[in-house]
Amino acid sequence: MQAVSPSTSPAAAVATPPAHAQVPPNVARATTEPAWVRRLLIGTALVFLSLFLFVPLVSVFAEAFKKGWDVYVAAITEPDAVAAIWLTLTAAVIAVPLNLVFGVAAAWAIAKFDFRGKSVLLTFIDLPFSVSPVIAGLIYVLVFGLQGWFGEWLMANDYKVIFAVPGIVLATVFVTFPFVARELIPLMQAQGQEQEEAARVLGASGWQTFWKVTLPNVKWGLLYGVILCNARAMGEFGAVSVVSGHVRGQTNTLPLHIEILYNEYQFAASFAVASLLASLALVTLVLKYIVERRVQQELKQSQTSTH
Amino acid sequence: MLFFWKKPFAALVAATLALGAASAHADATLLNVSYDVTREFYKDYNQAFAKHWKQTTGETLTLNQSHGGSSKQAGSVVAGLAADVITMNQASDIDILAERGGLVPADWAKRLPNNSAPTTSVTVILVRKGNPKAIKDWADLAKPGISVVIPNPKTSGNGRYTYLAAWGSVIKAGGKPEQAKALVTQLFANVPVFDGGGRAATTTFAQRNIGDALVTFESEVPLIQSEFSGDYQVVYPKTTILAENPVSVVDKVVDKKGTRKQAEAYLKYLYSDEGQAIAVKHNLRPRNPALLKQYQAKFIGLPTFTVDEVFGGWKKAQADHFRDGGIYDQITAAGRK
Amino acid sequence: MFLSKTLLRRHTVLPGFDLALGLTLLYLCLIVLIPLSAAFLRTTELTWPQFVDTVTSPRVVASYKLTFGTSLLAAVVNAFFGLLVAWVLVRYDFFGRRIVDALVDLPFALPTAVAGITLTGLYAGNGWIGRWLEPLGLKVAFTPVGIFVAMTFIGLPFVVRTVQPILEDMASELEEAAATLGASRWQSFSKVVFPILLPALLTGFALAFARALGEYGSIIFIAGNMPMVSEITPLLIITKLEQYDYAGATAIAVVMLVMSFILLLAINGLQAWTRKRQGK
Repeated sequence: MQAVSPSTSPAAAVATPPAHAQVPPNVARATTEPAWVRRLLIGTALVFLSLFLFVPLVSVFAEAFKKGWDVYVAAITEPDAVAAIWLTLTAAVIAVPLNLVFGVAAAWAIAKFDFRGKSVLLTFIDLPFSVSPVIAGLIYVLVFGLQGWFGEWLMANDYKVIFAVPGIVLATVFVTFPFVARELIPLMQAQGQEQEEAARVLGASGWQTFWKVTLPNVKWGLLYGVILCNARAMGEFGAVSVVSGHVRGQTNTLPLHIEILYNEYQFAASFAVASLLASLALVTLVLKYIVERRVQQELKQSQTSTH
Repeated sequence: MLFFWKKPFAALVAATLALGAASAHADATLLNVSYDVTREFYKDYNQAFAKHWKQTTGETLTLNQSHGGSSKQAGSVVAGLAADVITMNQASDIDILAERGGLVPADWAKRLPNNSAPTTSVTVILVRKGNPKAIKDWADLAKPGISVVIPNPKTSGNGRYTYLAAWGSVIKAGGKPEQAKALVTQLFANVPVFDGGGRAATTTFAQRNIGDALVTFESEVPLIQSEFSGDYQVVYPKTTILAENPVSVVDKVVDKKGTRKQAEAYLKYLYSDEGQAIAVKHNLRPRNPALLKQYQAKFIGLPTFTVDEVFGGWKKAQADHFRDGGIYDQITAAGRK
Repeated sequence: MFLSKTLLRRHTVLPGFDLALGLTLLYLCLIVLIPLSAAFLRTTELTWPQFVDTVTSPRVVASYKLTFGTSLLAAVVNAFFGLLVAWVLVRYDFFGRRIVDALVDLPFALPTAVAGITLTGLYAGNGWIGRWLEPLGLKVAFTPVGIFVAMTFIGLPFVVRTVQPILEDMASELEEAAATLGASRWQSFSKVVFPILLPALLTGFALAFARALGEYGSIIFIAGNMPMVSEITPLLIITKLEQYDYAGATAIAVVMLVMSFILLLAINGLQAWTRKRQGK
C-alpha cells in the first residue's frame, strides 16, 4: 500500500532537480546505483533517443532551410498553406475539447469505481489507436458517403459531411479519441479513491469533490493528455486523407499540404511546412514547462507562508 | 484554467465558417478531380480557361482542383466528392462512375473526340547519365543484376501502364503470352521498392539514388530533369504503350449544380489550340496532328499500342492482370521466394 | 440508477458513476462503435467462403505476420528503453536533462507523414545514419527493419510518459527500507520498484503496441512494400480499395480489428490483475 507522503503531491512531480537528489548522502549511497552504472544507463538512453528522436528532429529543420530563408517564408505564407493552417486549427479546436470532456468522464468512471466489464471498456477506448487510419477514414465514408447509410439524404438536403470540414473533424476526433483518457486513467488509478472519499465524508458534494480534490491532483496528466491530443489532431494524415477530397485551398490540412508539396518535388517547402508543426510541438512543450514552474513557485509560496 | 487559448480559437472557428459562407456567393465554381501528376498542367490551363470564359461570356469562373492517386480520386467521386469534371489517366477509373451510382452514362467516352482523351503520354525509361548499364529496351531491364524503380501497380496507374507496356512489347513483337509473362516476372523481380505513386517512385530514384532505371510517363521527365540536380537521360524503348488520358463531365453533379454548360466548355477547350499548346508545354502529347508534327523532336515518334489493342480494353486488363489473384499477383508471389 | 445497480461490484460513496459512465458509453458508441460497425456490415456482403479466401490469401497472411510481429517487437523494445529513459530522467540529473525530457513527446507532435519521410531520408543508403549502417551490412530503409524503426519511433513516448509519473510519485522510503534490510540495488529495483511500475509499464506497452499496429503514414514511406516481405496490412487494405473492392478491404480490416481487440484485452486484463495483486 502506498503511503501518502509529501513526495506524492503534484509539485514534486515537477522534478527539478530530482527529489531523489535531495536525500542525505548516506541514504543516497544506499539507494543509488554506483556511478558507472548511472553513466552507462544515461549513455544508453541518450544513444537510443538520438537514433530515434533527436536526429530526425534536426533533419526536419535542416531540410526545411536547405534552400534558404526566402523559400522557407514563401512556403508558409502561400495561400494554400495558409488555408491548410486554418483548417488544421479548426479541426483541432473542435476535436480536443470534445475528447477532453470524454477523457475526464471515462477516467472518473474507470479509476474511481470497481465495475464489471472494465477491461472490455478500456480495450474499446484503446481501439482507435490500433485502427489503421485508412479504416478510420473509411468507416465515416461508409456511413456518410454517397453509397453509405446517410449519403442520399445528405446529398438531397445539400449537407456536406464527407469531403468537407465536418468529415475531417470527425476523422480527427476518432483518431485522437483515447489520448486524454489514457493519460488520466493510470494516474488516477495510482492515486486511488481515498482523498475523494475523505472529501465526501467531510461533506463535499460530488462536483466539489471533483473540482477541488480530483482535478488538481491530475493537472499534469490532464495537460499531457491535452497536449498529445492536440498534437495528434494537428498531425493526423491517413484518416484525414481518406475523407478530405484533397480540394486545393479548401479541404487540405497541413499534413495533406505537406504531402502535396512533397509530390511536387518541392522538398524544402514541404519540410518548411512540416517544421511549423514541429515548432508548434516545441512551443507547447515550452508552455508546459512554464506552467509547471509557475505552479511550483505557487506551492513554494504557500508552503513558506503557512510555516 | 488550462484553456487560455479557447477564446481566440473560437473566434478563429467563427471566422473560418464566415469565410466559407462568403465564398459560396461567387459566380459559378467548377471542381476538377484529377490524378496525381497533372497539378502543374491544370494550374496553367485553369488560368487560361477562366480568362477565355470571361472574355466570351463575361462570367467569372472559379476553378478548384483536387489531385491524388487516380483510383483513390475516382473512389472519392463515387463516394460523393462533388466533382463537376473528372480527368483521369485510365478509362476504367471513369467507367467506375458509370457502374456505381450512375454518375456518368455508360457511353461517356463517345461524347468527345479521340475516346474523350485530349492528351496522351507514353511510358519511357529514365537512366543515369551515360547509361552505364546500357539499357536500351524492356528486355535489358529484366536482366539479372539490374534494379528498376517502378511504382506499385496495385496503387498506381503509372505502375500499371509500365506493366502493360512491358507485356505488350513482347506481344507486338510477335511473342506469345507465356514469353510476355516471363519478361514481366523478371522485370518486377528487379524492383527494389514499390512506392505508392509515380512521384514517390521518382523521389526514390532521383533523391535517394536507388535503382539503375526509373520507368515513368514521358510527361514527367522534363520536370525530373529540372528539379533534381543529378543527370539523367531518357531511353525510348523499341515500342511502348500509349497512355490515353480520358476526361468526362460528371452528369449527376453538374445537373444538380446547374454547371453543365461551363463543365462541357471546360473539357472542350482542352481540344482547342490554346489547350493543346498548354499540354505541349507540360509535355503531354497533344491530339492535334499539326502540333505533334511541329514538336516531333520533343515527342519522338515511335511505334505505340493502346490498352484496347493489345489487352481488349481496361476492364479486361484489370480483370486478367490486376485484380487480386490475377496475373500480377501470381507473378509477384512466384518471383519472391 | 440503472448502471450503478447492474455493474458496480462494491458500494461506494463517490457519486457520478452513472453520469460519467453514461457519457463515456454514449460518446464511445457515436464516435467509435457505430462507425466501426459500418465496416463489419460491409464485410457481410461477402459470403463466408469469399471472406475466408480474402483473409487467408498468402499475401494477406504475410502482411498480418509482418504487421503484428514488428509491432510487438517495437513495443517490447520501447518497453525496455522507455523504462530506462524514464528512470534516467527521474532519478539522475545530467546536462540537458530538461530538454531531453521535453523532447520525448516529439513523436506525437510530428505528423506521421513527415516522420515517415524524415526517417526514410535518414536511414536510406545516402542518409545521415544509413550511410554508416549500410557498409556494415545493415539495410534499414525499404526493409522490415525500416518498418521496425518507424514503429519504435512513434511508440517511444508511450512507455516513458506512463511510467514517469508513477516513478516520480514513488516514495523513496520503500527503497530506503529495502536497503536497510540488506537488499542490493538490483534486488531493490527488481523486487520493490519494478512491481510497482509493472501496471503502468504494461499500459504503456499496450499503447505502444496498439499505435504501431494502426500506423500508416510514417511506415508506408520506409517500407519497401514488397509483396510477401515488407507489405503492411493497411497497404493491402488500400490496394483493395483501389480495385473498388470495399467488402474485401473491410474484410481484412475486420480481421485486424478483432485480433487487435483480443490482444489489447489480454494486455489490459493482465494489467488489471497485476494491480489487484498489489492490493489496490
